[in-house]
Amino acid sequence: MSRKILAASGIAVYVFLYLPLLIVVAYSFNNSKLNAEWVGFTWHWYKVLLEDDAMLKAAGNSLFIALTASAVSTILGTMAGYALYRYKLKLLPVLVMAPLAIPEILVGVSLLIFYVSINLTLGLGSIILSHIAFCVGFVAIVVRSRLSGMDESLPEAARDLGATPWVAFRLVTLPLIMPGIIAGALLAFTLSIDDFVITFFTAGVGASTLPLQIYSMIKIAVTPEVNAISTLLMLVTLFIIVVASRISPDSIRGK
Amino acid sequence: MALLEIRNIVRRFGDFTAVDGVSMSIESGEFFTLLGPSGCGKTTLLRMIAGFDSPQAGEILLDGKDLVSVAPEKRPIHTVFQSYALFPHMTVAENIAFPLRMRGMGKDEIGAKVKASLEDVRLADRGGRYPDELSGGQRQRVALARALVNRPRLLLLDEPLAALDMKLREQMQIELINLQREVGITFIYVTHDQTEALALSGRIAVMNAGRVEQLDEPSKIYDSPKNRFVADFIGTCNLIDAEVAASGDEKMVLEIKGLGEVMAKGKGEPGTRGTLALRPEKVRIGSHLSPETEENHFKGTVHDFLYMGDVTVYIVEVAEGVHVEALLPNSAAGRPRILAAGDPVEISWRYDAGTFLHE
Ligand SMILES: Nc1ncnc2c1ncn2[C@@H]1O[C@H](COP(=O)(O)OP(=O)(O)OP(=O)(O)O)[C@@H](O)[C@H]1O
Ligand SMILES: [Mg+2]
Repeated sequence: MSRKILAASGIAVYVFLYLPLLIVVAYSFNNSKLNAEWVGFTWHWYKVLLEDDAMLKAAGNSLFIALTASAVSTILGTMAGYALYRYKLKLLPVLVMAPLAIPEILVGVSLLIFYVSINLTLGLGSIILSHIAFCVGFVAIVVRSRLSGMDESLPEAARDLGATPWVAFRLVTLPLIMPGIIAGALLAFTLSIDDFVITFFTAGVGASTLPLQIYSMIKIAVTPEVNAISTLLMLVTLFIIVVASRISPDSIRGK
Repeated sequence: MALLEIRNIVRRFGDFTAVDGVSMSIESGEFFTLLGPSGCGKTTLLRMIAGFDSPQAGEILLDGKDLVSVAPEKRPIHTVFQSYALFPHMTVAENIAFPLRMRGMGKDEIGAKVKASLEDVRLADRGGRYPDELSGGQRQRVALARALVNRPRLLLLDEPLAALDMKLREQMQIELINLQREVGITFIYVTHDQTEALALSGRIAVMNAGRVEQLDEPSKIYDSPKNRFVADFIGTCNLIDAEVAASGDEKMVLEIKGLGEVMAKGKGEPGTRGTLALRPEKVRIGSHLSPETEENHFKGTVHDFLYMGDVTVYIVEVAEGVHVEALLPNSAAGRPRILAAGDPVEISWRYDAGTFLHE
């Protein structure tokens, strides 16, 4: 009995989660201006999308921001994760992890105030800086948990057999934690590409990103063009999830 | 000059002292064992020799030169870790090649050495495998091959056989001794298994709570333990409270409460309290023993016995509250058990079977 209830509620949750997404995908191919009833199949809204310069520019910005921010925050986050693992300091974990728990709106507002006070021009640069700031902690945590799962005697064995600390890190520790680093990078990328709140506060007037652009469009009406861009965004995210889930512990082998 | 000289080293963790003033000197070519119960500081000592940890006081010298300030990768010392620590992302051959690569050896030379090394440990056909595709014994051999391929001056082995089952462990013990004789490299071997230590070692340092209790050849450790801890830790031993009654130069008379006078080897001040240590296999037991043959002769009753297959251990009550364990081989096939609980028996032992331990 209770199993049936569990199964039913599980299914309900998934339906609630995925049905709206499926509807968005379906309507992006709907030959109608209204998201009301199915009329017929069309690529029209994707063509509209390709001719929408503002949207394309925003997409380009988003991609550039996400790539830059995830690259930088992966490097910094890996270093932070290693520091967390290596030096059992009291305050460091709090400093690294606090941004994960602080409400985004607070982070956004405080970053805005900070940028203004140091006279930083708001734009792509300030968005990238903000995204790096909140992604580093996530990468650090993923990398550290990967490190804690590693046999501590492995880097020691490398030193023992004649490797300098740096060589031991490069040839033994780094390959072993690589799945964690890649997972961290993908996480940072997805966090960055769909961030709205922090980006909203730190974007200024010039630069727009996909989430900001979509938001400004639906303020007027939810056009099927929004469905189309949402579908594309979903595809990208889905691809990343598939890649991330394929990074199993086995893939550390250099096969 | 000794190969490795350790002088009074101390390592504390907070207010806990893990290694407490240890000194020892290890000769070139030796098979030297650190033996002691869990937590006595064996691994901590080994880590300081390897260079992963530094002593807070004392010196470590290799060939008479200070070692403490030398980085681990610069020490001609390799370690076989308890977990083997094989690199999981490298093949067996790449693992063995690692120390050679670190020395900057050329590709061809590395290839030849790795091949020879794989043949030495009978894994010639496994070079392309990954460590997790090997059995425990094979991993063990790869770890050994990797640590030896560079021909270090000193090899440290931290309980290398602990993870293997009994049969495989005995087989590996024999392989280890042969290997050590063959390559002539000095081994410092850590174990908490006393039979393994006795079987393998040239000399043993018995450790307890961060200190060396006794450092000697296996037979000396077994036959003449220096104190109660060593006597108790190595093999089984009767430990009976005693007091010196009279003493010559190498023979003494002990007084044991409830039992009377017992002859033992050694000397001591009359009146000194201590312990008589007596190995069960040195105690003869039977229904009737001819009284003249051995100095110590007592009558008692069988309190209990343990049938072990090859031998039977009898616990004999010789006086109120005084029990002596005696070992009797079940050598004659088909022989019925002659003694049962409650039977009257006689036990005897030579004076030099017993050691008096000052407390
Ligand atoms: N890094 C450390 N921090 C705090 N205490 C430590 C540390 N390393 C070892 N110790 C303590 O020092 C003592 C000796 O440890 P060690 O690992 O040397 O024991 P061992 O003789 O190798 O034991 P085992 O046979 O169980 O491996 C233990 O009580 C351990 O808790
Ligand atoms: Mg240990």
